[in-house]
Amino acid sequence: MNHYLLSLRMLRRDWRAGELNVLVLALVIAISGLTTVGFFADRVGMALARESNQLLGADLLIMSSKPLPPHFAEEAGKLGLTISSMTKFPSMISNGDGNLLTEIKAVTEGYPLRGNIHVTSQSSTLASAYPEMRLAEGIPTPGTIWVDDKVMTRLDLKTGDMVDIGAIQLKVTEQITREPDHSVGFINMGARALINAQDLAETELIQEGSRVSYQLLVAGEMKAVQQFRELAQARLAKNQKIEGIRDARPEIKAALERAEKFLSLAALVSVVLAAAAIALAVRRFTLRHLDGCAIMRSLGASQKQLLNMYLSYFVLLGLIASSIGCLIGFAAQQILAHWLTDIVETALPWPTWWPAVHGMLVGLVLLVGFALPPVLNLRSVPALRVLRRDVGLPNAHSLWGYFFGLTALSLLFIWKAHDVKLGLYIVTGFICAIAVFGGLGWILIKLLSKLRHQAGGAWRYGLASIHRRAASSILQAVALGLGLMALLVLTLIQDDLIKDWHASLPPDAPNHFLVNVQTDQLQPLEEFFQQYGMSQPPLYPMIRGRLIKINGKNVSPQDYAENVQAERLVRRDFNLSWTDKLARDNTIVQGKWWKEDTQAAEMSIEADIAKTLRIKLGDELTYDIAGHHFSAKITSLRKVDWDSFRVNFFVVVPPGLLEEYPASYITSFYVPPKEGAMMHELVRAFPNILVVDVAMVIGQVQQMIQQVSEAIKFVFIFTMLAGFAVLYAAIAATQDERIYEAAIFRTLGAKREQLSRAWATEFAILGGLSGLFASAGASGLGYVIGKYALHLDYAFNPWIWLTGTSIGLIGVLTAGLLGTRAALSTPPLLTLRKIA
Amino acid sequence: MANNDLEQPIVRTHALTKQVNTGDQQLTILQNIDLTIHTGEAVAIIGASGSGKSTLLGLLAGLDLPTSGKVHLDDIDIFALDEDQRAALRGKILGFVFQSFQLLPALTALENVMLPLELMSVPNAEITARRLLDRVGLALRLHHHPKQLSGGEQQRVAIARAFATAPKLLLADEPTGNLDSATGVQIIELMFELNREHGTTLVLVTHDETLSRRCSRQLRMADGKLMQ
Ligand SMILES: Nc1ncnc2c1ncn2[C@@H]1O[C@H](COP(=O)(O)OP(=O)(O)OP(=O)(O)O)[C@@H](O)[C@H]1O
Ligand SMILES: [Mg+2]
Repeated sequence: MNHYLLSLRMLRRDWRAGELNVLVLALVIAISGLTTVGFFADRVGMALARESNQLLGADLLIMSSKPLPPHFAEEAGKLGLTISSMTKFPSMISNGDGNLLTEIKAVTEGYPLRGNIHVTSQSSTLASAYPEMRLAEGIPTPGTIWVDDKVMTRLDLKTGDMVDIGAIQLKVTEQITREPDHSVGFINMGARALINAQDLAETELIQEGSRVSYQLLVAGEMKAVQQFRELAQARLAKNQKIEGIRDARPEIKAALERAEKFLSLAALVSVVLAAAAIALAVRRFTLRHLDGCAIMRSLGASQKQLLNMYLSYFVLLGLIASSIGCLIGFAAQQILAHWLTDIVETALPWPTWWPAVHGMLVGLVLLVGFALPPVLNLRSVPALRVLRRDVGLPNAHSLWGYFFGLTALSLLFIWKAHDVKLGLYIVTGFICAIAVFGGLGWILIKLLSKLRHQAGGAWRYGLASIHRRAASSILQAVALGLGLMALLVLTLIQDDLIKDWHASLPPDAPNHFLVNVQTDQLQPLEEFFQQYGMSQPPLYPMIRGRLIKINGKNVSPQDYAENVQAERLVRRDFNLSWTDKLARDNTIVQGKWWKEDTQAAEMSIEADIAKTLRIKLGDELTYDIAGHHFSAKITSLRKVDWDSFRVNFFVVVPPGLLEEYPASYITSFYVPPKEGAMMHELVRAFPNILVVDVAMVIGQVQQMIQQVSEAIKFVFIFTMLAGFAVLYAAIAATQDERIYEAAIFRTLGAKREQLSRAWATEFAILGGLSGLFASAGASGLGYVIGKYALHLDYAFNPWIWLTGTSIGLIGVLTAGLLGTRAALSTPPLLTLRKIA
Repeated sequence: MANNDLEQPIVRTHALTKQVNTGDQQLTILQNIDLTIHTGEAVAIIGASGSGKSTLLGLLAGLDLPTSGKVHLDDIDIFALDEDQRAALRGKILGFVFQSFQLLPALTALENVMLPLELMSVPNAEITARRLLDRVGLALRLHHHPKQLSGGEQQRVAIARAFATAPKLLLADEPTGNLDSATGVQIIELMFELNREHGTTLVLVTHDETLSRRCSRQLRMADGKLMQ
């Protein structure tokens, strides 16, 4: 007999008879949840990357202090990428009366490749910080220059005026209000102007030794960009460097990475839930197939034949159910994307096909991994079962079969998490949870069943049923517990993540920086703020110094030849500051923060910088500050939360060490958009102070956070659905037995109420147990994931025990009683006739 | 007093009809059954396989619903009651023994016998149950689960369970059908003894000639009809 044909026929029969409903439903919900998350995360990920690239003006930048060799542009062209180039350098602009040091950007046609330049025709003398903006058309034509409001204000210009720049004169035609530039950092932000690259040579400003940054902007399809990045990386010379958005803006990088991790976590949770649902659903399947197997065995089928038959049965079933799941997933994410277009400014890019491939694969692994093992026991069903029905029931030994499924799932996790650490945490967490839950469940069930002799009818029966089905009751409680635990963890983390984001960037996050405030300006500045009814923001002292020695050994840029970033750090001045308190958005990762009244020459350094410069705790650094040498020992390494847009320093020392050196002050504060005039006044009153407006960047990051939060909430709905699938599977798993019980109970004269009370006992125990498991697991796993994988301050929540247990109890009880309603109303004879 | 009881019918059916839809055609399983059984009688229902015996017995116990017609148990029209009232009535006056025992696998022998008593909230359920199991010869198997018992032993538990509430009426559908003849004889003896002790009315479905001859009356069924 051809077993493929046989399994095909068996599959068709089971499908039609509705025997596979639970299994298929569990799989379809899981896979559709997974693929929705997959497709959607794919699209949002791409959209976020693209939107944040608008800040960069491109998908990728190659930068160098020397003109870039043409091979980069050629390679980009070959890959079908669009390119544009930019030459950036500082220069004086003058209009006869005054002059101003300005950062000039000479750009070619096509700039910017991502994002837009916004300009305004309104004169800046109309005191509005947010004048009406429109999109610029292209770039300045040769002979013209576009300048920002600082140039306009300081040089008292209006459009149409002529300005001197190097050897030529250019006509001011537009005022720039917004432009993409990744270096929107508070130190680099001075006056800015944009000119056409064709005018560059005539200015005669680019001379040997002038400080110039040559940049090649690249944009295009993500795959091609990635390919280009790899190619370019390999040919990068020492003075050249590549920057994508993730390299350029740490706060966006941090937000993106956490969102990505969370979304993949949510997807993983749906997989766990699916595994649980399938493990539950397959029990009923096995019971229903026992007789068939026994008969086939008695007719001479070999174990191998049965194995092959069920294997092809499940592969086929897996393919069909996963395909349905993928289709639903695709449709759901399409709806989601459509719905989200209101929130996301740009249309979402088309997803890749990977999530579908992934979904199919996961579906097969889940089904084969979690459904096949217990079914494999079927092949050893003794033929004797044909004669005696109680022979060959699945027993606790089949639990071992899940080992294979768990291994497969673990590998899948580690692969899917794109993060071995996160994957391993989750897998170990779940395996420990299963072991502990299983053990505890077994003990509790044994203890509870001792009570049954004291209990009356309904209680006794509920306890007795749980006890008799100990193995499957434990399986049910563990599966439900895991499902609930996954949901709880996800809820907690989701909540913390979103709260954390909003907290680090509240609506009144600082949107302006003041740099270069002099000591004698502190007083007038305070008065200025008072005039506007604002309290003076905290001012941080800043002292410039160059790192010259580490542990007494001279350092030079050559020591870091292999690392452009480190080289630059050593070449340039550091900004040092002093403080006695650790800033709120800083955390010590190594060492200790100094005591308030320390007299020692201590120093605290940001951990990433320390790593880049190969500096360790306990090293002594020597800085050259205005010709004097200053040394201090590193007593702590700090992590800085760059999401917060607050003033932060790489290197700080305790008060009392640097006061004698010349310092300037820096601060950040929030100015409501309608108070724009105040900033103009400030610029006029304190011409030397550099005012940096980061409102736009903050706005963009806030919007991104909003989008990601929405996405996360939506994805969560699917995880919830997967949770319901588990619940459904758990209830349906014992449905057959319950229908039978109902028939006998009713024959013996039981009222509905008595029967439902017996079942309620059973469901309540099951639900309470799983809720308890879930709370315990969620507390532990949430802590681990939050702390080590997502770097959140995870707040332990004692309420979780109460919520977890009551959700488990009420959820399972309600679902159980609803699910068994049908069993209560079937006439007993019909049931018994079917069984006999 | 016994004579008085004989006058009193415990089971009365009127034009009892059961039809089922099997796809396109309608199958009549029982057709206009009129039947009266008096208290204390032992009645055997015999007939060819598929003639409708089990269906009739099920309807008498109210385990199924008829298409038309009535069943009176102890002068109560059972199909005028709702499911719960019917179940309560069953618990009070009726015991049922199945061909395939139908014990609850989760419960021990003792618990299985106690179950109907507990459902009726009868006090001293355990004492009654122990006494009955002792009566059917299973005093040493009280705490065994059905799985651990042989077919004959399971059927004895089922009979103990059926007699636990001291029902006025015992319905048994081929109680010996799944047992070897020696064990079957034991089971039958047991039922008749209990019948005598409790004054229970017996209605048996059987293929066994000897068994049916021991009954005071035989009802023959053919094609869903009663042949008098
Ligand atoms: N729910 C149903 N659907 C379809 N047919 C049914 C149903 N219930 C009973 N039947 C049919 O009605 C007929 C009578 O069934 P029943 O079980 O009462 O026979 P029986 O006399 O007890 O037979 P046996 O001696 O073999 O037990 C049979 O042909 C059976 O197939
Ligand atoms: Mg029958």
